[in-house]
Amino acid sequence: MTLLGSGIFKGMAVTFRNFVGSYFHRERLPTNDYSWRTEGSLPQHAGDYPKEEGEQLRDTTTVTNYSRNFPMLLHDGSEPMDTIRCVACQICERSCPPQCIYIEKSTEKKEDSSGKMQFYPATFDIDVSVCMSCQICVEVCPFDAIVMNSQFELSTPNRFGGLLLHQGDLLKSNDYYHKIHPEEAAARDKRIADEKTAKEAKKKAAAEAAKKKAEAKAGAETEAGDEKKEVAE
Amino acid sequence: MSSPTATAPNYELIQQDGLETSLLEVSMGPHHPSTHGVFRMDVKLDGETVVDLQPVFGYLHRNHEKLAENMSYLASMPFTDRLDYFNSMTNNWAYALAAEKLVEIEVPERAEYLRVIMAELTRLVNHISLVGFFINDLGALGTPLLYAFREREKIMDLFEQASGARMMCNYFRFGGLRNDVPEGWLDRTREVVDRFPDFLDEYEKLLCENEIILSRTQGVGCLSRDLAISAGITGPMLRASGVNYDIRKVDQYGIYNRFKFRVPYTDDDVGDCYDRFMIRMLEMRESIEILKQALRDIPGGDIIGKAPKIFKPKPAEAYARVEGPKGELGFYLIADGTPKPYRYRVRPPSLINLTVLRDMCLSQKIADAVVILGSIDIVLGEVDR
Ligand code: SF4
Ligand code: SF4
Repeated sequence: MTLLGSGIFKGMAVTFRNFVGSYFHRERLPTNDYSWRTEGSLPQHAGDYPKEEGEQLRDTTTVTNYSRNFPMLLHDGSEPMDTIRCVACQICERSCPPQCIYIEKSTEKKEDSSGKMQFYPATFDIDVSVCMSCQICVEVCPFDAIVMNSQFELSTPNRFGGLLLHQGDLLKSNDYYHKIHPEEAAARDKRIADEKTAKEAKKKAAAEAAKKKAEAKAGAETEAGDEKKEVAE
Repeated sequence: MSSPTATAPNYELIQQDGLETSLLEVSMGPHHPSTHGVFRMDVKLDGETVVDLQPVFGYLHRNHEKLAENMSYLASMPFTDRLDYFNSMTNNWAYALAAEKLVEIEVPERAEYLRVIMAELTRLVNHISLVGFFINDLGALGTPLLYAFREREKIMDLFEQASGARMMCNYFRFGGLRNDVPEGWLDRTREVVDRFPDFLDEYEKLLCENEIILSRTQGVGCLSRDLAISAGITGPMLRASGVNYDIRKVDQYGIYNRFKFRVPYTDDDVGDCYDRFMIRMLEMRESIEILKQALRDIPGGDIIGKAPKIFKPKPAEAYARVEGPKGELGFYLIADGTPKPYRYRVRPPSLINLTVLRDMCLSQKIADAVVILGSIDIVLGEVDR
């Protein structure tokens, strides 16, 4: 039989060790400590809160390569609306679990960044007060037009319109995407390029096959023509 | 809602020279800090002794099942995160298993290993925070809970690195996982897993011999083996009542047959709060064993199998279950050939474990009722769905 109360003292020794230890080891600290961050330096560790506007979580290193907050729309060039990737197919609108995307398709087509005539979204709104950051829209989009942003400084005094993001707020360049999610963006670009080359190769092969077929056909026709001539003679 | 297994003792009110006494009815909740969410207990008290208790829930009903029946199979995946928000990974797994049964998709090796790793990390997260909350319910405000949360945060960071979110991971997909873990993730996980036992040692030193905890939990809220079995209790609570039943061993879903681990359970028929607390402490050690083996053996390769682009199962039904940290979590799906499930049903361990609350609380003190509720380990998101 041990002394009554010795268990409590053992426990107190542990709390004492943690209390003193928290001054020397960061991992003993139950809360995140921001105070050590010198003015203007970028956050280096998980949980460091970005201080400046636009300072992205990406700079908090490893933690956030896949971090997701709300979706954004990608464009490829300097003129956002001219190079928007979204073609207003509305697949994301239909798949969004809480139904927070609203898209209106344009009535006429216009050239996209690769010069193809495409529809574009006349209206593209996301209600981020409803969005639950699930990334389903990103997964279903066949055009790699929508990806997750990691911007979280979104608080607004206007509770009705302020949280409804319009196309202008949502459009971000591919370079920005590379900045916040480098690995993911690189993988995505590689996949798009691969798909493109595969498609082109297929097209080329198809064209060649068609050409060969046409040649063969033409050859057969001339032969047949010769034969006919012979018969006629 | 009361269980038919026990009746309130008939109380004779004490009459004393014109002084009339009566039972006191207290409504604890729905906003009561000890109830872990919006949950109400209608308690009848004789002095401080609980004479009758009615759990009242449903305040957090979000129509999860009906919502799921009106959207595609994939779109329900993020909603399963919100069932038991401590354990989104195991919730995802149970749902993915059910859907995989419907269409028979092969899951690649690497994904299977990652699934086990995620599930066991989830178990650590759940048990460590449950123990913290449980001690909090006992009245030790803060300290043990904050230590627990400090460790939990390390695992949360791992989840965030892999899936992009700390709690609402939405990481599993039919046939595998959404994305591969980032570079160096496995090493960081190894580090966290290797250091976790040190913390557990310290935590055990802090709690397991503490006389106050012993006297508050031992012999309090007993649940007999027979009642536990007939009420359908699962998970650590069942094992604390002396039944050796773990779905990881019984079903061996995923690749659990490859790991060597033990299932802690008590060999007596007591099943008090202390047993339930200790079972969870022991289970964490076993989870670490599984994690070590999985992190040692994990192969490279794909992380998602060949899943159909449009998920449209043929008419069939499937039930899949996993050993969630709280108990048997099951998903029952009926497909009718459309992209939406005809019926979608969740078997929530929290709700079913909660049904014996009254039996455990009768003739205990009111302060112990709070402790007993804490030892059940409920999350209201799952109870009410
Ligand atoms: S974002 Fe993608 S899925 Fe949504 S409308 Fe545009 S192209 Fe279609
Ligand atoms: S992240 Fe999810 S909730 Fe948000 S817009 Fe995309 S699909 Fe909808």
